[in-house]
Amino acid sequence: MVAKFDLNDDSVVVIIGTGAGGGVLANELAQKGVKVVALEAGGRYLPEDYLNDEWASFGQLAWTDTRTTSGDWRVAKDFSGLPTWIVKAVGGTTTHWAGASIRFQDHEWKALTNYGKVDGANLLDWPIDGAEMAPWYDKAEEKLGVTRTGNRPGLPGSNNYKVFEKGAKSLGYTQVHTGRMAIQSSDDTGNRVACQQTGFCFQGCKWGAKWSAAYTDIPEGEATGNLEVRERSHVAKILHDETGKVTAVEYFDKDGKLQTQKARIICVAGNTIESPRLLLNSASEMFPNGLANSSDQVGRNYMRHVTGSVYGVFDKPVRMWRGTTMAGIVQDEAHHAPERGFVGGYELETLSLGLPFMAAFLDPGAWGREFTSGLDSYENMAGLWIVGEDLPQADNRVTLSKDAKDQFGLPAPNVNYSDHPNDIAMRNHAYARGVAMYEAVGATRAFPTPPYPSTHNLGTNRMSEDPKLGVVNKWGQTHDIANLFISDGSQFTTGAAENPTLTIVALAIRQADHIASEMAAGTI
Amino acid sequence: MTQEHLKGITRRALLSRSMATWALAVSGAGFIAAPDAAWALEVAVITPEQMATLMQMARDIYPHDKVADQYYAIAVKGYDSADSKDMVAAGIDELNAAAVAQGHASYLAIGWEKDRVKVLQAIETGVFFQTVRAGLVTGLYNQKEIWPIFGYEGESFSQGGYINRGFDDINWL
Ligand SMILES: Cc1cc2nc3c(=O)[nH]c(=O)nc-3n(C[C@H](O)[C@H](O)[C@H](O)COP(=O)(O)OP(=O)(O)OC[C@H]3O[C@@H](n4cnc5c(N)ncnc54)[C@H](O)[C@@H]3O)c2cc1C
Ligand code: SF4
Repeated sequence: MVAKFDLNDDSVVVIIGTGAGGGVLANELAQKGVKVVALEAGGRYLPEDYLNDEWASFGQLAWTDTRTTSGDWRVAKDFSGLPTWIVKAVGGTTTHWAGASIRFQDHEWKALTNYGKVDGANLLDWPIDGAEMAPWYDKAEEKLGVTRTGNRPGLPGSNNYKVFEKGAKSLGYTQVHTGRMAIQSSDDTGNRVACQQTGFCFQGCKWGAKWSAAYTDIPEGEATGNLEVRERSHVAKILHDETGKVTAVEYFDKDGKLQTQKARIICVAGNTIESPRLLLNSASEMFPNGLANSSDQVGRNYMRHVTGSVYGVFDKPVRMWRGTTMAGIVQDEAHHAPERGFVGGYELETLSLGLPFMAAFLDPGAWGREFTSGLDSYENMAGLWIVGEDLPQADNRVTLSKDAKDQFGLPAPNVNYSDHPNDIAMRNHAYARGVAMYEAVGATRAFPTPPYPSTHNLGTNRMSEDPKLGVVNKWGQTHDIANLFISDGSQFTTGAAENPTLTIVALAIRQADHIASEMAAGTI
Repeated sequence: MTQEHLKGITRRALLSRSMATWALAVSGAGFIAAPDAAWALEVAVITPEQMATLMQMARDIYPHDKVADQYYAIAVKGYDSADSKDMVAAGIDELNAAAVAQGHASYLAIGWEKDRVKVLQAIETGVFFQTVRAGLVTGLYNQKEIWPIFGYEGESFSQGGYINRGFDDINWL
């Protein structure tokens, strides 16, 4: 039975956003008997609704509200109104994600200690470490059904993977496999359907083989009778009382009417752009710089990973679009080895795009025969993606635009990002290794392509031991306001080299445990 | 935009007044047709010459020799509207002025692709060029009809994915 709570019920936990962080937190709390109202800006789409069509799917699911950009990153020029590729739907970006699920390496939890001070970077150690997180990672891998963990076999290698693997092994790489993927790989190791190699992981998995909060955690939470998900409900502001405790949220409901939902605890999980924007848009007389912002770190330290792609063109067909989009990884460059000319490391992962997205992302803005001759060989292409640790910088930040407004008249977010020299050195190293991999298997041409709008968005409400250096403590609780939590990727102190979602999920499971026990103890 | 915008045409007569474009024929009657009369496009608001110019521009911006003119026509057909009319007229004037400055009669009158590309380079930072180019990214490449030309197979769910249809059939490695 799906719960229904009153707007004046001030005993509920309100969660804003139902993606990797919010969706998991909602279910975990509901399982523990905590009453939850989850407010989600987007609508509800299930596997039968997903579209095997890149632009149509993007139109169906992507967050396209007004946003502006600045900084020297190329995205600001190529996609000035679309800094990120994020989903607005129940389940959040876990509908579009590819499923790559890997743990941080131990040294990455302590970037400042292990890399030392880097000029221009705002490095900091997380207040938690690998040992603390290990049991939560175990639970997250179990929840997501991650391949190559537990008893779950790896996925079979696709054409794109086979080219990638042969290239990697030719260069002497040894940590090469079909990835740790939140995709069911066999009929009897989980309760989802096994992957049918459809090749549209980025568009929502129509088989439900890939984990997404939309059709796992959300309905499981609703089945407890403790979770009410209100879709098409866009939170505009968080309210507080004279003691500074948060008390309610104002949101625009599906008819555009402003509603107020009371709350005992509020958890913000709107992704790394919307979460700080909401805190900033909630400024009041008592908190003129926005909620939980005494450190002035809200919106700062925006990270998006060092990314970019490499494509190899061969004299024979590869047909990279057939099969799982990202089931392939090389981890040999993921360690920290400053002799390469940069701190931190990167992963290389298989990637394929359909022809329409390939045309959009191959070299945005380019035209003429150099561009089109690449596309002419689409059938003979293999592709990979770079995911590396970018460095937090104070001025890479989300701020409120002075002029631009969204459809509700709320100040739109501006996303400012410039590459750190360390990011550029890492990207160039990775490009060269990717090209070498494909050349080693006989590519007749290999070329790098620039980063596309950010899919990994991190860091704008970062976790810190010292309240002056970050926004939340080691539980994701804001340093300033005891009953206000951050529950998404914006908590990340540093980004590490790994795709972030497994860590977001592990943190959400851990946070649910903490919130439930603090509520039981009556401390919040 | 879909193929509904294209009408088959058999009236060879229309083709007799073919203008200087190499691949296209512009008639005086609001039609633009393929030299072999395999298809034709009717323009309502802009002139056939303007449509022919846009199509040539589209091909010079994203030249794919295996992609027939009709797909470039579909990609720019949307500019034949009251909303775009003035933008198109001004943009093509700018384009032709750039052609004249480089010693040609007009952009369409230029016989060689490399010379037309030089003219396009002269206007590539302008709004007109950027609008047309950006529009082509979806206008051209999101036409399902051209995907097979590139080997791309599109939707696969209804066919059961690729698990039994070659996701790992590479045989030359
Ligand atoms: C194409 C693609 C592929 C990816 N592949 C991978 C991968 O393989 N591995 C990996 O680890 N990660 C991957 N990611 C990234 C991953 O999806 C994100 O890291 C993750 O979903 C972020 O979780 P989150 O909880 O921070 O935010 P989200 O999952 O984005 O959820 C935020 C939710 O909050 C809602 N919201 C925002 N503002 C408001 C508001 N004001 N009121 C109400 N609701 C609001 C949004 O609509 C959204 O539903 C991929 C992303 C994309 C786009
Ligand atoms: S390839 Fe597998 S995981 Fe990806 S969409 Fe298809 S069935 Fe789902």
